[in-house]
Amino acid sequence: MSEIRGFYTLWLREIKRFQRDRTRLITSFIQPLLWLVIFAAAFATRFSGLPPELNYQQVLLPGIVGQTLLFTAMFMGINVIWDKQFGFMKEILVSPVSRLTIFLGKMVGDSTDAFFQGIIVLVIGLILGIKISPISVLIALPIMLLVTFGLVSIGLVIASFMGNLEGFGAIQTFVNLPLFFLSGALFPLKGGSLPLWLTDVAVLNPLTYGVDAFRNIMLGADWTPLQIQSLGVDIGVVALFDGIMIVVGTWAFRRMK
Amino acid sequence: MPSLIETHQLTKSYNSFRAVDDLNINVESGEIFGLLGPNGAGKTTTISMLCTILKPTSGKATVNGFDIVKEANKVRKSIGIVFQDPSIDDRLTGRENLFMHANLYGVPTSEQKDRINRILKLIELEDRADDLLRTYSGGMRRRLELGRGLIHYPKVLFLDEPTVGLDPQTRDHIWKYIKDLKEAHDITVVLTTHYMDEADRLSDRIAIMDHGKIVVLDKPSKLKETLEGDVVVVRANNNAALSELVSKWLGFNQNKIVDEALEITVHNGKAVMPRIMELATQNNIYVESLLLREPNLEDVFLHYTGRTIRQDTGKELHGAAAARRRAIR
Repeated sequence: MSEIRGFYTLWLREIKRFQRDRTRLITSFIQPLLWLVIFAAAFATRFSGLPPELNYQQVLLPGIVGQTLLFTAMFMGINVIWDKQFGFMKEILVSPVSRLTIFLGKMVGDSTDAFFQGIIVLVIGLILGIKISPISVLIALPIMLLVTFGLVSIGLVIASFMGNLEGFGAIQTFVNLPLFFLSGALFPLKGGSLPLWLTDVAVLNPLTYGVDAFRNIMLGADWTPLQIQSLGVDIGVVALFDGIMIVVGTWAFRRMK
Repeated sequence: MPSLIETHQLTKSYNSFRAVDDLNINVESGEIFGLLGPNGAGKTTTISMLCTILKPTSGKATVNGFDIVKEANKVRKSIGIVFQDPSIDDRLTGRENLFMHANLYGVPTSEQKDRINRILKLIELEDRADDLLRTYSGGMRRRLELGRGLIHYPKVLFLDEPTVGLDPQTRDHIWKYIKDLKEAHDITVVLTTHYMDEADRLSDRIAIMDHGKIVVLDKPSKLKETLEGDVVVVRANNNAALSELVSKWLGFNQNKIVDEALEITVHNGKAVMPRIMELATQNNIYVESLLLREPNLEDVFLHYTGRTIRQDTGKELHGAAAARRRAIR
C-alpha cells in the first residue's frame, strides 16, 4: 500500500513539473509542425514506392509521433540529472520506498508527459487535415504509452549513470539520432527504395516496431503491404522491450547513490 | 537511558584512505548529539552510513535497534534527514513538498493534512506554504527541510551542517527552530557541524572528530573544563619570541599563535597577566594588547588536535548547490 502511494506521489510530481514548464509546452507544438509542414512538403516528391492510396504526410505523421515520443522520452533523463545535482534525488533515495517503485514512479510520470506531447502531434496532424481516422487515433493511444515506457527507460538508465548535463547531452544525441533514423519514421523501410543493410539494422531497433504499430493502426489495410510485422507482433516486441528496460532501470536505480 | 544509536568499530575506507576509522559511539535517547570537526573529518560519511546511504566497509551500527545494513528499510522509517546541500523541489510549493514526503514515508492519508499544518505552523511558513519553493529565501528553504524531516515522526533527526551558507541572523533562527522542534516532538538529534558556536549552543554532548576518529567526547561544559582555566591572548610585535620566553621562564607550555596573537592557556589568568607583561618588557618585546577570556570549543579543538578548526574551513559549496545558494540570496 505504501509502495502504491509512493508511486503515485512520484508520478504526480512529474506531471506537476511538466504543467508548470511553459517553454516545454510551447516548443512541443512547434517542432512537429516544422516536420509535418516543411519537411513533408520538401520531401514528399522524393519518395517513390508508396501505394497510390497513401500520401507522404499520412506515412510521416505516425513517424513523427514516434520521433516526438523518442526525443521527449530521452530528454526526460535530464530530470534525473537535475534531481541529482540539486540534491532532490537523495530525498527520494533515502525514503523507505523501494527502488523498483522509485523507478516506476519516475518512468510512468515522465512517460505520461511524453505521451501528452505525442497527443499534441496527433492533434496538429488532424488540424493540418492529414487523412487519418480519429477513431484509429484513439486506438493508437494506449500503444503510444506502451512505446513510451521503454524509451523513457533508456533515458533514465543513461542519466542514472551520468553526473552532469553536458555528458548526458552528448550521449543523448548519440542514442537519439540512430534510433530515429533507423526506425523508418521518415520513410517506409520496405518498398524497395532502401539498401538492404539499412532494413537489416532497423529490425533490431525497438522504435521500428513502435512506428510500425502506429502505421498498422492509423493507415489500416493501406499499410499492410509495407508493414514490418503484424500489429500483434509489433506490440509483443514493444512490450518485451519495456519489460527488459524496467528490469535494467530498477537495477540502475538500485546502484545509484 | 537507552542508546538509540550504537556503532561498533564502524569503518568506511576508500582504497587505503579511511574516511571513518573504527568509530564507537552511543547516542542516547532524547539528546542532541553534536559531531564537530573540520571538513573532511568524516562527519558526513558517518551520517551517510547511519542513514543507509553508504554501506560501511566494516564494523556494525544500529539505529533505533535496527541494523543499518540488514534492516536498512526499517532504519529509513525511523529517521529524518536534513542534508548538507539543499534537497527540495523548487518547482513544487512548500505544501506539495511536504505532502510528497508524507507519501514517500507512508504517513496515513487521514493524518497528512493535520500533521503538515502543524509543522507549517511550527516553522512559521503557514502563509507561504502554497508558494513555489523558488520564491523562498535560503533560510525559509532550510526551515522547510527541517520541518519536512519530522513529518513521519522519526525517532532520530540527522542534521548535516544545518546552517552552512546562511547569514548570522538566519542561523540564529534555525537554531531556535531546531530546539523548538526537538522539544515539540521529543526526538533525538544528531548534528554535524564545523561551527564551534553551533555545536556549543545546541548539543548536549559533543564528539570532536578528526581524521575519521573521535578525538574526545563529552558535554560542552566538561570539554571546556578540561582545559586549564583561562586563555590569555597577547598581541605583541614578536609573538614567536614571546612564545618561547613564556615556555622557558614561566613554564606555560600550552601556548599557540592564532591569528597573529599568542594564546596562552593558564590556571589563573588574572595573576599571570602582569608576569607576562613584565617578561615581555624585560626582553624588549612591545605588547599591543593583552586580554583574558574563558576557553571556548575552539580552544578545546586546538588542544586535542593541535590545529585550529578555522584553518580547514575554507568550505564552499560546489556546482549546482553553490549556484543555487547564490541564487537564493
